[in-house]
Amino acid sequence: MKKLWNNKDTRRNLFTYALVIIAFVVVQIMLGGGMLGYAAKGFLVPVCVYISLAVSLNLLVGVCGELSLGHAGFMGIGAFSGIVMSVVLQNLIPNDVLRLIASMIFGGILAGAFGFLIGIPALRLRGDYLAIVTLAFGEILKNVFSNLYVGTDANGVQFSFSASGVSLAEGGKMILDGPVGATGITKLATFPMGFVLILFTLFVVLNLINSKEGRAIKAIRDNRIAAESVGINVTAFRMKAFVVSAFLAGMAGALFGLNYSSLTASKFNFNTSINILVFVVLGGMGNIMGSVISATVLYILPEALRELEDYRMILYAVVLIVVMLCTWSPKIKGAIAAWKASITEKLSLNKKKGVGNNG
Amino acid sequence: MAEYSKHMVHVPTYNILRKQDMDKPPVLDVRNLGIDFGGLTAVDSFNITIGPTEISGLIGPNGAGKTTIFNLLTSVYQPTRGSILLKGIDTKGMTTAKVNRMGIARTFQNIRLFGAMTAKENVKVGMHKDIKCSFISSLLRLPPYFKAEKAADKKAMELLEFMGLADVADVKAGSLPYGVQRRLEIARALATNPAILLLDEPAAGMNPSETAELTDTIRRIRDHFQIAIFLIEHDMNLVMNVCEAIAVVNYGKIIAKGTPEQIKSNPAVIEAYLGKQEDASNAEN
Amino acid sequence: MQLIQYLINGISIGSVYAIIALGYTMVYGIAKMLNFAHGDIIMVGAYVSFCITSYLGLPAVASIVVAMAVCMLLGIFIEGLAYRPLRGTPSLTVLITAIGVSYFLQNAAQLIWGTAPKNFTSVVTMEPLHLFDGQLVITGEVILTVIVSAAVMIGLTLFTSKCKMGKAMRAVSEDRDAAQLMGINVNLTISTTFAIGSALAAVAGVLLCSTVPTLQPTTGSMPGIRAFTAAVIGGIGSIPGAMLGGIVLGVIETFSKKYISTDFSDAIVFAVLILILLVKPAGLLGKQTQEKV
Repeated sequence: MKKLWNNKDTRRNLFTYALVIIAFVVVQIMLGGGMLGYAAKGFLVPVCVYISLAVSLNLLVGVCGELSLGHAGFMGIGAFSGIVMSVVLQNLIPNDVLRLIASMIFGGILAGAFGFLIGIPALRLRGDYLAIVTLAFGEILKNVFSNLYVGTDANGVQFSFSASGVSLAEGGKMILDGPVGATGITKLATFPMGFVLILFTLFVVLNLINSKEGRAIKAIRDNRIAAESVGINVTAFRMKAFVVSAFLAGMAGALFGLNYSSLTASKFNFNTSINILVFVVLGGMGNIMGSVISATVLYILPEALRELEDYRMILYAVVLIVVMLCTWSPKIKGAIAAWKASITEKLSLNKKKGVGNNG
Repeated sequence: MAEYSKHMVHVPTYNILRKQDMDKPPVLDVRNLGIDFGGLTAVDSFNITIGPTEISGLIGPNGAGKTTIFNLLTSVYQPTRGSILLKGIDTKGMTTAKVNRMGIARTFQNIRLFGAMTAKENVKVGMHKDIKCSFISSLLRLPPYFKAEKAADKKAMELLEFMGLADVADVKAGSLPYGVQRRLEIARALATNPAILLLDEPAAGMNPSETAELTDTIRRIRDHFQIAIFLIEHDMNLVMNVCEAIAVVNYGKIIAKGTPEQIKSNPAVIEAYLGKQEDASNAEN
Repeated sequence: MQLIQYLINGISIGSVYAIIALGYTMVYGIAKMLNFAHGDIIMVGAYVSFCITSYLGLPAVASIVVAMAVCMLLGIFIEGLAYRPLRGTPSLTVLITAIGVSYFLQNAAQLIWGTAPKNFTSVVTMEPLHLFDGQLVITGEVILTVIVSAAVMIGLTLFTSKCKMGKAMRAVSEDRDAAQLMGINVNLTISTTFAIGSALAAVAGVLLCSTVPTLQPTTGSMPGIRAFTAAVIGGIGSIPGAMLGGIVLGVIETFSKKYISTDFSDAIVFAVLILILLVKPAGLLGKQTQEKV
């Protein structure tokens, strides 16, 4: 055990889990004490979803070094397939929690499968071109969702790409209704399930990073040609990262979908993908704990700024730019360091003066 | 043999084989290798046979096509002509990763380490195929994971120690000094358990004492791991000291082959390096 | 005849994409960054032009000139303030900053002009041409758009091959450090590129809103992404490529809307992008580069 503690990575991972668990306990206590308002309660589940999305995207962007601009697409696959599954399983699994878990797993598997299919052509490309192709796939998926009609009746589930394609028997129910989206969803999502989702996502991603697969993935990021030269099958490992990331995004999406009574495809657009990416970059690429924190803060920030109304998004934009400049610009970083140094110098001078006076 | 012997100026390599390599099949047998880039012939009719524990060198003026030959041997480029037999198996169409798993490891002229990972992790990436632990075991942290990681750590430390890198095991590769990075690249290549190690200018940027140490290291690697080493190098002291056989290329073609002594006195080699004899004597005057 | 009509419409919208894509391509070629705020410059250009004509009552030509000037300054300002300090850092950081700039522009526009769409009056006063007994209608907007985009492409090609500054741009896009060593003022060159790209975005904004007259803060984002797609189809970094990509995209979009499905036109456009990249990974006219080992 002591040896484990001495490992920097292990220590950091345990700290990440601890942080999430403590946050959960604190929120639960606040909920119990009635300290959270209606609005705050409303974004407990989305925060959990976005944390999971940020962590899963970080696996792709930070650890694997592949820029993806279509993460919301996988989230959408998970959301809509999870919703359909929860309706289909209504009679089979009467227990809400089990049905939610089954729907999330189904959403994850379907998203992972799509990740694999998309990965076959997309992973032949690299860098900015891969980013563009993921953007394109994200837009295609959104377009497909908003033209997807799914209904269920006594005879089973029907799919179609046109409204007339689904003809339901009496007592049947439309689950997805094209551009209108999903309506009348039974809200199964709960905050504790969101917490479990975060823990599961962390468990998968952190364990993956600190394994031989994770080392191979990081090696490809650092130097693709060298990784090939030591026998790493580059395509296979990029694919693994891509599929795992899509799977986790699908699970998170399913939880997200089952948190609202209605949902449209436009929720899973380019902007959502970008927002998740912003969480990852500001939290630090490859830094999993950073993703958890930045997703929480950046999701709550615009909500907390609601009082500022029209100014809140402009403020968010300014914060985003300033943070990027302060954390990355060599000049500004240098200036901040110099300023800090001068402050400490002044402080120590004052101290010395103080000592002199006393003497 | 006959069809490509015409490219072998002077002594065919088997005459200078070490005793222990006699009557053993070569680890690498390259026949009539050639590649064209567009209309340009970068390498042509390149032949070489390397014994299982032979140290051989590849020298030639800048731009002669030496690194291109390494890239062909490791399947970074697919050859236009000819064949590469690694332990008797044709590597045609194989990926770089596959060729490595078959037994060729290399270092790079412009160092290519995994900069954000520690020295030990770099070596462990090299050991990838020998870490026996399934994806599920890794994900769920099952006992095989801990067992495999422990064994890997041990072997990685042994390799680092062998290369004199034990004290920098936990330092990020990107922040190591240049000479140390070169040694780490060799350690990483050795971690893949190669049958033949290709070193692309291992002494570049080293001072004389480091080069002397490298000469020693190269011999130690061969003796300890019993593998073949094939190196590109401009430092003639190192090449003449450590290599048992040397091939000289110019304009993508082999112009001479033989023992260090034979190469030193070969007129074609002198011409390639110094220009025509009379020019050289003029320059001396 | 209908086919030709759609082809003409496709070329027209494609020409707008082409002008935006030219800006994208130049900026990518030189700064190696995906400038996601480029689409929003279009919107700013259109708003400026709208204000000049509607509130000040000045002629359309004056409004275009002012819009170009404003966008030029805006482009230089954004580059200097938000992108230049991040030069040399991972490209993802500049991408995120560009997204921040994009949010800023959209929300600033919303504060200034509100979310309600403005009705943009076309800058073209020419009567539509009716050919073949009215079977073929070519509007003044179509003619203007095609002429302007062709002129812009020819102008830019001449500029990059003949002018000193244009040559400097090519040098900087090829190898920034080497260009600097050769005495090229890299900062000035990059600023000029942003200025030209942004001025083109203003022109595109005016043309776009003359064809599709609703103007709101998000007007620029979708055409921005489309144009970006066009730039990639043509081969990002290539000037004729941007033109070709824009027109190809416009024609595919119009045809798929008319002949395949209105609902799936987005999906079709992006599927074409993916197909083209699979066959030609560097786009139609882009040049393939391989990492040297």
